[in-house]
Amino acid sequence: MPVIARIPTPLRSLTGGSEEIALENPATVGDAIAELERKHPGVKERLLDEKGVRKFINVYVGDEDIRFLDGLKTALKDGDQLSIVPAIAGGAGGAGGAGGAGRRA
Amino acid sequence: MTSYADLIASVRKAVTEISLDEIKRRLEHKVPMLLVDVREKEEFRAGYIPGALSLPRGFLEIQAEQKLPDRKAPIVLYCAGGTRSALAAKTLQEMGYQHVETANPGFVRWKDLGYPMETPPQLTDAQRDRYGRHLLLPEVGEVGQAKLLKSRVLLLGAGGLGSPAALYLAAAGVGTIGIVDADTVDASNLQRQILHTTSRVGTPKVESAAKTIAELNPDVNVIAFKERVTSANVDRIFGGEGQGGPWDVIVDGCDNFPTRYLVNDASLFHKIPVVHGSIFRFEGQATTFRPFEGPCYRCMYPEPPPPHLAPSCQEAGVLGILCGIIGTVQATEAIKLLLGKGNPLAGRLLTYDSLGMKFRELRVRRDPHCPACGPHPTITRENGYIDYEGFCARG
Repeated sequence: MPVIARIPTPLRSLTGGSEEIALENPATVGDAIAELERKHPGVKERLLDEKGVRKFINVYVGDEDIRFLDGLKTALKDGDQLSIVPAIAGGAGGAGGAGGAGRRA
Repeated sequence: MTSYADLIASVRKAVTEISLDEIKRRLEHKVPMLLVDVREKEEFRAGYIPGALSLPRGFLEIQAEQKLPDRKAPIVLYCAGGTRSALAAKTLQEMGYQHVETANPGFVRWKDLGYPMETPPQLTDAQRDRYGRHLLLPEVGEVGQAKLLKSRVLLLGAGGLGSPAALYLAAAGVGTIGIVDADTVDASNLQRQILHTTSRVGTPKVESAAKTIAELNPDVNVIAFKERVTSANVDRIFGGEGQGGPWDVIVDGCDNFPTRYLVNDASLFHKIPVVHGSIFRFEGQATTFRPFEGPCYRCMYPEPPPPHLAPSCQEAGVLGILCGIIGTVQATEAIKLLLGKGNPLAGRLLTYDSLGMKFRELRVRRDPHCPACGPHPTITRENGYIDYEGFCARG
């Protein structure tokens, strides 16, 4: 059973709309992201910066955030589910979405 | 034939009696027990022993399993003089309750002794009628409903998330609802912002919201802030000065990153829990931030995305009904926090995918190095709230 990566809506434009990508047998989260990048170029840049996972994106193995595991070195095993969960800000406020509760930047 | 005197005598032999002094001692030492008042509702309303649950003897058998689900729990019954509670104790024993005691004498003597008592909050007949379905829930009851009526919830945004949250919080009888929104109602809002109506297009959202809420529940006092939350006004709005006191809970239905982070940082300063909800197209997230007890928004997402990586707010679109799901999850969390009941989403991020119809739960931990709520914070009110720029440009 491979590792399943769950792709959030904002990144699905890079995966041809797929919400789940099966990965062969990545040993670590870093491997998994490399494999995602091979299959769907552009994903890596959205997930990582020079310091690692971008600070507005969380990567979970099962229900645990990899920042509290071993980061990109977190080991994966068959059947693990890798969830990519970016911060989203929408509250569906204004006419165009920028809305009235906060500042209009 | 068994006479009344014979019956009572045999009942008293079959039950365990407890003195009022012993009850008082246990209350003072916080010895775990379920104190149950078996008198009639009217008697209970005139005053009861602190912490007692009302379960009139006439409803004992019918409601026992619902109100006293644990048959092994230590239960102490009392009535006015000690007779009705003795009869009730025998019944509960017959129903399989293993640790039942009955007070002898009862509340009349308790009151004469000047022992501590409480009187239930006085709901009006109209309120008893309106909130009847809440009053039937032991987790709410008259005490909980009175708490809600005294509660103060600040809603950030009267938009997609704020609409369903406001409606349910108002319906539930949350006594004061603050609403912060600078916008006016637009026809394109009505696909999801169910506080507003077609005839109110062009009017300020806070005004429209106040109207809807007044129609729904006259018990609710709406405090309108027709402004955007900014670093300049956030302390005034969150501080509650001149608004009848501090806010108990903030329901965050904002729609941009700068405000989300500002709300987080200021809520930590004011120590107000924030129920977070956010949506994007078909997906939503909800969680609850309890200042310094659980993670905060920055523990979860340390920094906002730079503008070029933030999903375009204008073009994203959103399934209107999604707002209903996430907004009502937020309202549920707010009510639980106000009542102090249940298990809030603190430390848990609930994600909802409406297309797949899947709810998931992810763990959120406190970041020991969190710049906002960690032991050595750098983002503080004293250092000045951070103003992030450049999101969701309306172009």
